[in-house]
Amino acid sequence: MRWPLLLLVLFLLAFPPIASATGLEFYQGLLTKIMILALAASSLNLILGYGGMVSFGHAAYFGLGAYAVAILMREGISSGWVIWGVAVGLSALLALLIGAICLRTRGVYFIMITLAFAQMIYYLVVSFKQYGGEDGLRARRPEFGLFELTDTALYYLSLAVLAGALYLLHRLVHSRFGRVLQAIRENESRALALGYPVFHFQLVAFVLSGALAGLAGALMAHYTQYASPNLLAWQQSGHLMMMVILGGVGQFWGGVLGAATLSIVEEVLQDLTIHWQLGVGLILLFIVLFAPKGLAGLLRRRP
Amino acid sequence: MPPSLLIEQLLNGLQFGLMLFLLAAGLTLVFGIMDMINLAHGSLYMIGAYLTATFVGLLGNFWLAVLLAVLGTALVGMLLELSVLRQLYRRDHLSQVLATFALILIINEVVRIIWGSQPLLLSAPEGLSGPVELLPGLSYSAYRLTIIGVGLLVAALLFWLVNRTRVGMWLRAGASNREMAQAMGVPIRPLFTLLFGVGAGLCAVAGAFLGPILAVQIGMGEGILILAFVVIVIGGIGSIKGALVGALLVGTVDTAGRAFLPLLLSQVASPEVAANLGPALASILIYLLMAAVLFFRPQGLFPART
Repeated sequence: MRWPLLLLVLFLLAFPPIASATGLEFYQGLLTKIMILALAASSLNLILGYGGMVSFGHAAYFGLGAYAVAILMREGISSGWVIWGVAVGLSALLALLIGAICLRTRGVYFIMITLAFAQMIYYLVVSFKQYGGEDGLRARRPEFGLFELTDTALYYLSLAVLAGALYLLHRLVHSRFGRVLQAIRENESRALALGYPVFHFQLVAFVLSGALAGLAGALMAHYTQYASPNLLAWQQSGHLMMMVILGGVGQFWGGVLGAATLSIVEEVLQDLTIHWQLGVGLILLFIVLFAPKGLAGLLRRRP
Repeated sequence: MPPSLLIEQLLNGLQFGLMLFLLAAGLTLVFGIMDMINLAHGSLYMIGAYLTATFVGLLGNFWLAVLLAVLGTALVGMLLELSVLRQLYRRDHLSQVLATFALILIINEVVRIIWGSQPLLLSAPEGLSGPVELLPGLSYSAYRLTIIGVGLLVAALLFWLVNRTRVGMWLRAGASNREMAQAMGVPIRPLFTLLFGVGAGLCAVAGAFLGPILAVQIGMGEGILILAFVVIVIGGIGSIKGALVGALLVGTVDTAGRAFLPLLLSQVASPEVAANLGPALASILIYLLMAAVLFFRPQGLFPART
């Protein structure tokens, strides 16, 4: 995995100057979006893949991060660092509250109760007419002091954040914490019997995942310069889940692969036909039926 | 608050709850017996509504159109089971979610290709468009009253099917322990196909009758699907009785919340806050209900498995 990764990073670092020289700025935007979605999907993969917690409400943290940017900018707080702090902090706090309640249930009930909480957040946010209601809210780009947040700066910022988050996640899932988390996924009773505080491990992972999703949401608001209620809607949770499943549940690169593949497929099909969702649906269906481990599972060499 | 308003809203809640029950019944059986999450259930509801609107346009008779739409949707449901869903029974919940989400996308686009993006017009049958006087001073939409009647009738039929027939016994056996039922000689495969047909037919009934009240459009199945999931989670997965109780609870709480919460809030808060927060709280109410039920009874009100 070393060499391909190094090449990928070099390619991503070199892309913006190449793009502006060859008139491919559009693809720079697409790559920015993919990196942001990859961050969100990877955060979901931590709890879904490694923790076995199928959260159907990840849009709540993603959308909250975006709305934190829009609302703070609107209220006149324009420091990017402060805004990021609030976005991450709020998402983490929300994940703590939701996780503390939801983690009492298991299986399908867990899926549904996380969905229920995300729906509550959706309706709550949409009800604030002064913050756009169902129309969403414009989110100007904040100031980061050291640099101006141009499209290219946002590209590198997203790349840096994604790389940092992936490094953190890699260390995490290979640490003692990560091993315990996976042990809980495999056999909760045994982990409990071995004396691990299962609930606490799961909750910490849940909060971390929510915080990262919030950061991704903030970046998304920078990218579109807009906080849309769609970011909070259950379809968004479904979309993120699709990416993780498509890429590979519990495969480290699953979130990144899934986000990239789904975004590119959507982009290509949108160009070809107005009925592009038919194509996306058929491809997804094909992958479930014939590649059960996701794309990362296909790429991985059989032992 | 005049009592006639209260009764009207309660009837609305009952009417919505019964239609939710038709959706939830199929969903809870599929879920309980096959242990399968079928997100595409809402798409069958949409197909039912579209077929009804089409047949009404062709034949001009609402009731005949409903009958044909129910049969047509049941056929679509069985074909789906035979072609795709059958492959998914042994897979984990995540694969089922992804595959049936893909089916939603596919069905939505196929509907768009056949019928176009514009919502279809489906109106209540002529004779039922006016109000009827239930009590002196209390009149109520004849069409909604009909829906309540149809809902009760179908619910009664379903209870008879599940509780009094051999097929129903097989279904209940499958819901409480699938492997054991199979070992005792229950013909699981044809039963599953049949069950999908019945579930799809029930969806079509709900779609046909809610079509004139809500809207016949692409994506109509997704919002109501979430409500149906809330219903079966509250009621306990796999339990028909639970689905009925859950559906009536959700229907009543949702309808009453939308009608009365803004009123109640305006008593204690400023009109501006009440107008803003009222509808939001009403939308949240059923999710609060579900969270509360799951908090105290993590298996729902009437768990089918022990």
